[in-house]
Amino acid sequence: MIPDLLNTRGRKQMILLLILALLSPLNWAKEAAPVAEDPVIEKRMLALSEDLRCLVCQNESLAGSRADFANDLRREIREQLKEGKKDQEIIDFLVARYGDFVLYNPPMKPTTYLLWIGPFAFLLIGAAILFFYLKMRRRQIEEPSLTDDQHRHAESLLKDDKGNNA
Amino acid sequence: MRFLLPLAAFIVLVGFLAVGLGLKPREIPSPLVGKPAPVFQSPRLHEPDQILSSKDNLGKVWLLNVWASWCVSCREEHPLLVELSKSGIVPIYGLNYKDKPELALQWLGQYGDPYTVSVVDPEGRIGIDYGVYGVPETYVIDKDGVIRHKQIGPVTIESLEKKILPLIKELQG
Repeated sequence: MIPDLLNTRGRKQMILLLILALLSPLNWAKEAAPVAEDPVIEKRMLALSEDLRCLVCQNESLAGSRADFANDLRREIREQLKEGKKDQEIIDFLVARYGDFVLYNPPMKPTTYLLWIGPFAFLLIGAAILFFYLKMRRRQIEEPSLTDDQHRHAESLLKDDKGNNA
Repeated sequence: MRFLLPLAAFIVLVGFLAVGLGLKPREIPSPLVGKPAPVFQSPRLHEPDQILSSKDNLGKVWLLNVWASWCVSCREEHPLLVELSKSGIVPIYGLNYKDKPELALQWLGQYGDPYTVSVVDPEGRIGIDYGVYGVPETYVIDKDGVIRHKQIGPVTIESLEKKILPLIKELQG
């Protein structure tokens, strides 16, 4: 396989592959071209649907999903924007039907307290555990205190030192 | 003693995972339960020139079953619905969701028609009002037109016996 790459035929194939690889992003870009009649509405619709969850695919936003369901909801949002509805009105419309689950940015309320505060609570608990663990460890590895003999010896040395300096 | 803490942490983790396995992330609680069922007026599947209004059902307990001929799990629950309709306990209304009438009629011919009436929702607009995101879905609607229960996914013997039938009995009483 590898020596094969070194001969001319292999090299030609490599170049062809490279060209193909370079071409494909261009194809993708073409496919994603917006098809809207009204670019302003389309932009608002996309901005709105970025923050909304597709309930069928769950880990995709409404903007990014190709599910039929997401298509329908994008159409609904587009139509409501054309009717002149505000972003918040459309979000309320969807929440009334699908619940907070459609929001990637859920509101603060009793059922979502854990979601919002949980990470900080865990951080605090972790920090507290770390703090007390380090404190305990420091006590454990504290150097053993001097024996009486060593103490006297040290004191005498210090006295000597003082005497010399005076 | 050295292993006690890791063991405890492990057991807690297993506990969380066990609970997580039992959760059904596809079943998102509907905010519409306890709220008036959205009103719709839509052509009937069998007689497209006739309009059915959901308001006509005020005063009785009824089921709204969202179905489509392209929906595979609908086939799973369909025999149960046919049986339920034969028992005459509760009228079942069908919402033929994003389907082609000719395919829908053919499907009903093949598997049986449990629906008192089926209405069509070719563009899924009634579906959006009801918060439909996965077919089949079944709503229990009471005499005042309030949604009392939403079954996401196919109706099963278990869900019928444990939840839907007792609820219907209670609402009809």
